[in-house]
Amino acid sequence: MMRLKPLLRYKSSLVGVGILCFLIILSVYTVATLPFEEAARLWRAGELTWLDNPRNALPAWVNFFSPTKLPETLILNTQKPGPDVIKVSVRAGENIKISRVEMNFRYGFDDFPSEINLFFTSTYRTSPPQLTISWTKPDGTQIPLRRMTIAREDRFYISSDTVLSTELNQLMENRLGRKPAYTVPTSTILFGPFDETLLNPESVKVVKGDYRLSVEGLLFEPEADFDVKLVVYGKVYGWAGTDHLRRDIGIALLWGTPIALLFGVSAAVSIALIQMTIGAVSAWFRGGVDTVMQRITEVFLVLPFLPVLIMVSTLYKVNIWVILLIVVFLSSFGPGVKNYRALFLQLRESPYIEAARSYGAGDLRIVVIHLIPRVLPTMIPSVVLSAADFVFLEAALAILGIGDPITPTWGKVIQDAFYFGALFKGHYYWVLIPSALLAATSISFALIGFALDKIFNPRLKEV
Amino acid sequence: MNLLRPVLYLARRALVLALTVVVAVYAAIYVANMGGYVDEIVKGEALLRVSQEVRANPAYRGLNETQVRNLIDQLYQLELRRLGFDQPFIVRSFNYLYSALSLELGRSLFLSSDSGSRSVRVIIMERLPNTVLLFTTTQLILFFLGLFTGLYLSRRYGSRVDKVISLLTPLSSLPGWFYGLFLILLFASILRILPYGGMVDVPPPTDRFQYALSVLRHMVLPVLSWLTAYFFISAYTRRTFFLIFSSEDYVEVARARGIPEPLVRRRYILRPTLPPIITDLSLTLLASWTGAIITETVFNWPGVGSLFYVASVTFDTPVLVGLVVIYAYLLAITVFVLEVVYAVLDPRVRAGVMTR
Repeated sequence: MMRLKPLLRYKSSLVGVGILCFLIILSVYTVATLPFEEAARLWRAGELTWLDNPRNALPAWVNFFSPTKLPETLILNTQKPGPDVIKVSVRAGENIKISRVEMNFRYGFDDFPSEINLFFTSTYRTSPPQLTISWTKPDGTQIPLRRMTIAREDRFYISSDTVLSTELNQLMENRLGRKPAYTVPTSTILFGPFDETLLNPESVKVVKGDYRLSVEGLLFEPEADFDVKLVVYGKVYGWAGTDHLRRDIGIALLWGTPIALLFGVSAAVSIALIQMTIGAVSAWFRGGVDTVMQRITEVFLVLPFLPVLIMVSTLYKVNIWVILLIVVFLSSFGPGVKNYRALFLQLRESPYIEAARSYGAGDLRIVVIHLIPRVLPTMIPSVVLSAADFVFLEAALAILGIGDPITPTWGKVIQDAFYFGALFKGHYYWVLIPSALLAATSISFALIGFALDKIFNPRLKEV
Repeated sequence: MNLLRPVLYLARRALVLALTVVVAVYAAIYVANMGGYVDEIVKGEALLRVSQEVRANPAYRGLNETQVRNLIDQLYQLELRRLGFDQPFIVRSFNYLYSALSLELGRSLFLSSDSGSRSVRVIIMERLPNTVLLFTTTQLILFFLGLFTGLYLSRRYGSRVDKVISLLTPLSSLPGWFYGLFLILLFASILRILPYGGMVDVPPPTDRFQYALSVLRHMVLPVLSWLTAYFFISAYTRRTFFLIFSSEDYVEVARARGIPEPLVRRRYILRPTLPPIITDLSLTLLASWTGAIITETVFNWPGVGSLFYVASVTFDTPVLVGLVVIYAYLLAITVFVLEVVYAVLDPRVRAGVMTR
């Protein structure tokens, strides 16, 4: 521990330690707040769980840096009534009931929402409720949207309804007396002004102000009832945005942190320890043992590491910790064995080993107590440096599409982004945030590793 | 001078290397078959093929179900014998070993070359030039750029350039394909001046010169991504390497003797660094032809790396074994040639003082 103090002397390693501490705190926070099963379930839950999220939304903090504010998602629900959501029911006869729902909200963003959907739930025995839905703009213009009979679970995709879109375009054409050169999206008609600017998709601006969605329901049974949920999907979400399935990328990125750290560090440490043990045994016993070990190392040198790993993981669809085991096994006889062996060959001639032998220490005792601990400090820098490589190995496997199918990881997010054309469609955040995390992890390991190298192997410092 | 000892030494090394190749290739055959698992796939495919052929053949329409079954079974057994699957895996693995070692690479199980051939040799030879073009070029640029920068830095140790390079070295902890993502994003996605990937425009230009130009354009990003990733670490390691060699006692002695600096550099610093540099260069170039699986996937480059990838996910044993055998042979030959070169170059080896 004493020797780690100088680590804080180098500015570069201070940065590295800082990043690493942040990542560790993030991991602890993730593990403490979001159980793994929950994260994995959410990640694989499919679109229904995520129905209230916008698709391919940017992270929310982009608004902070941009003069035009992108919309956030607004959700209004009659199951959560408040000053903005009013529901009044009146009896109109023996069996008929009229329920009126008014949803008022302020829209103050500079861009149009990405989608607008209505979700209904209703309870009735035989006759379903009949709803009349209309939209009121800040200037008081009322636009009838739809008259519909709803099932127990129903929905009305306002922004993507083709019938409504044709109707609204016709309405607008009548008002303006001119036909725009493009089909004006429903959200633009609902949130934009009725004037000349609509004719050009570049010039049309959002009208900020108070909007209202009214639903008038005709219920034909005394016990019948319905609930409405209005979702005005924004274009930003969370700290990492959403993907093509409306999932919160943040979940995968949060859980990616402890997994990346654990994978990288445990692979690096266990491989180094195994290689060192093999090197020590090989150098200590020499002769037949040494020859066999060296030949095995050479055989492993010829075997292609990644293809074998790919084959095994394709065949067994293994989870990430089994991949870790395979990686460790395949690297056990890696080129590192040769370096450690050379190191131990020098050490075994040193006087303290001779002393140990003279008082009758056994082979095992010498290897475990005298040889290995002596080399441990010198191997720390390379272990820290190689941890970065293993973090990337996991990402690489995910990008090849052969990683763990269940666990959300950074590599998996990048792979999704690549596969669904994030770079072609301009969803750069989808690649950039996980990449930045990967890069930060790797660079922090590298910075610490290089500093440790200077501390533990002072020969480099002199030159 | 005793000539016998070095010759004996080399002969022993040759024998050991040959044995290693044999064992490694056998291990590769075993692993590439997943211990016999791939047999099941091949047998299943054969059965499916035979039954489809029989059922689709109008000549067998008149047969009843039992007769069809018997016919399928008969033809299946024949097919297995044709494929050589009537023997147990152990026996076959040694047959494979023999033909692999004699470089009869055979026919692939599933893959075929762009020209439609199933011959493993044709498949590999079709990919090889692409990978050599990209990765051997990259490695050569990287090697010499790193070498000369390292040399330059070691002479100006402690200067501003040196400090900047040392500071930037941690950037090399990110792999080449990772920088590739960003370069694609920047140059292909945002600036739209370079292609996303691939090796040549679609459709390929007919003019030879235009074709070469197009390939060059496609090479820019992969080469650049590897240079960004590995230049700093390679310059930094070379620098440290030269610094360690120039702080040896015999260099000090040479300087003390008043030998002019250029001569000291040439004779006392560069000369002893030559063997490790040659080893490095030859092994890097050798490894470069196996390509880079992930970089080739990211850039969609049709090289040996992506062949390796496709062969591994489809369990195409002959292709995998073919690649491994060629690599093993080349590696063994390179190592042996290096030993001979050292035996000639290094006076310690020449004198028969072997370091174990």
